[in-house]
Amino acid sequence: MARPAPTGPVLDVRGLSVGFADGRAIVPAVHDVGFSLAAGETLALVGESGSGKSVTSLAAMRLLPPAPRTRVTGSALLRCRDGAVRDLLALPDAAMRRLRGDEIAMIFQEPMTSLNPVHRIGDQIAEGLRFHRGLHRRDALKRAEGLIERVGIPDAARRLRAYPHELSGGMRQRVMIAMALGCDPAVLIADEPTTALDVTVQAQILDLLKGLQRETGMGLVFITHNLGVVAEIADRVMVMYAGRIVERGGVVPVMTEPLMPYTRGLIASVPRLDLRGGDMVSIPGTVPDPRAPPPGCAFAPRCSHALPDPCDAAMPALDEARAGHLVRCRRWDAIAAGDARGAPVPEVVS
Amino acid sequence: MASFLAGRMAQSLVLLVLVSIIGFAVLHLAPGGPMAQFALVPGMSQAQLAAMSHAMGLDQPLPVQYWQWFGRLLAGDWGRSYRDSVPVLAVIAARLPATLELMVAAVALAVVTGVAVGILGAVRRHSVFDALSTAGAMAALSIPTFWFGLVTIYVFSVKLGWLPSGNRSTPGDASPWGYVHHLIAPACVLALVEVAVWSRYMRSAMLDVIDQDFVRTARAKGLTERRVILHHVVRNALLPMITLAGLELPTLLGGALVTETVFTWPGMGRLFLDSLGYRDYPVVMGILMVSALLVLLGSLLADLLGAVADPRIRLG
Repeated sequence: MARPAPTGPVLDVRGLSVGFADGRAIVPAVHDVGFSLAAGETLALVGESGSGKSVTSLAAMRLLPPAPRTRVTGSALLRCRDGAVRDLLALPDAAMRRLRGDEIAMIFQEPMTSLNPVHRIGDQIAEGLRFHRGLHRRDALKRAEGLIERVGIPDAARRLRAYPHELSGGMRQRVMIAMALGCDPAVLIADEPTTALDVTVQAQILDLLKGLQRETGMGLVFITHNLGVVAEIADRVMVMYAGRIVERGGVVPVMTEPLMPYTRGLIASVPRLDLRGGDMVSIPGTVPDPRAPPPGCAFAPRCSHALPDPCDAAMPALDEARAGHLVRCRRWDAIAAGDARGAPVPEVVS
Repeated sequence: MASFLAGRMAQSLVLLVLVSIIGFAVLHLAPGGPMAQFALVPGMSQAQLAAMSHAMGLDQPLPVQYWQWFGRLLAGDWGRSYRDSVPVLAVIAARLPATLELMVAAVALAVVTGVAVGILGAVRRHSVFDALSTAGAMAALSIPTFWFGLVTIYVFSVKLGWLPSGNRSTPGDASPWGYVHHLIAPACVLALVEVAVWSRYMRSAMLDVIDQDFVRTARAKGLTERRVILHHVVRNALLPMITLAGLELPTLLGGALVTETVFTWPGMGRLFLDSLGYRDYPVVMGILMVSALLVLLGSLLADLLGAVADPRIRLG
């Protein structure tokens, strides 16, 4: 099933911006986001709620409400099975529909509500196959049975006839994965697929996704706010804040030597058992209102390293701090130097 | 399933008995009585009236009268009409088909139109069509059925001469078209309010479903918008409509009463009003019981259909 060896990225997103109409105004949600994804690679998209990570992926899938309710600019180039590279954001609706669920697929956070309660599991998995491959119901159901087995659901023939409410959350997420993988997509976008699940089930689903990715060579965009999951699954990490990329790089450099204070805060706020006293570290404040963004760096109001002069003056650019490691911070080098002297750690809130 | 049915049957029987007691009491609360008709017959003496009243059991205390009526009903004897001594069941059986014909036609019209208008209104939310259908539904809900019936007769029968102004058929014309021709106006009048109700409920049921996660999943599969709407949204939005159908039956029966009177439709509704005027107690009680039975059967059917349509519901 493995795809041919990668020649260039399977998905290349450039200059993606999304705004939502609010009366006459357009409220910006995502600014100038770009990333590329190679076959077999996993890119983790990290950030708080409202950071724009889900909007970014929904925009690439063209699943946001149409204009004039939203305004999407930029491009999302997908390398298709036939070798052609198509811009998902420029395709006509009908052409996009033929790619969606076929060459690029998506799974969602809520397995409890993401399946239609009145249709059988088998029919829901078979639906995409019938639509994209033109299979008859019986053949599509046969394939669906194979898919159900492949995502590790026992007793596949019987499960085919089950309704969603008869399955557990973990089983339903496996069904969602089976549904998404039905047409063997080049890219799978997983939007917090494990957030609603028990920890033990989370680990199973992550293992399943990793295994399936090895088999098929698909590129995986994994959206999460769980940094433990990032370390587990990602090759590269992209951190978003207030609709912008604030840090991007390989998983090891970003997780071990984060440059952006926001990333450092996120990593510090992962609860740790080995921390004495049991104090929980958190980032003070909340995400800025996109209607009234701060004048300079969007993170400055919450940043313990922020200085009025460089930080509040203008939005910092996304600089390449080290090879392949990008950061949007004016003071990253000063902060890194301060670390070397053993100075400021992120604020501690009891 | 069997225990569910048994439970519902027992519940329905209790309800029927309650309906009969309340109906009987209310009926006898009204001033006048069956004897008022006979008192008008020339040469009728007080003694003769008293003898008739005694023969019909009307001089007994009310609870005794009820008990006697109920006892006969249990034995399968629905009594005879005071007016012409025809058995009550025969009187009702002669009128029931016309009422059922009118109701089935009106329901079919209302469900198909109402659901279609509701779907379009929800899919094209805030469009001109949506605004017009909303305003139309409000107007339809505020127009009294008898007035709309009279206007329909005035416009389509009197002025335009397109449709007959009443009755179920023209004497001597037994063709199906003749029946359909007579059915059009009363069915539309009876359906009007129901179309309004159905379109509003369907629109809001659609809007409840259209933003749900599984609809996004369906879109993510790359399905056409048409399939997403029909196969995923409408299929779910129809579930509460089945319950609504059961709840709307009494309203429909009430509407049929008015519509039949306006269009001189030879159905149960008109029979009911006529019999009420004559204080024809056995016929009125008979119609009451048949209507109550129809409503109970309708809601039972709605519950059963709801369980068939929604795999999450298990009866028992």
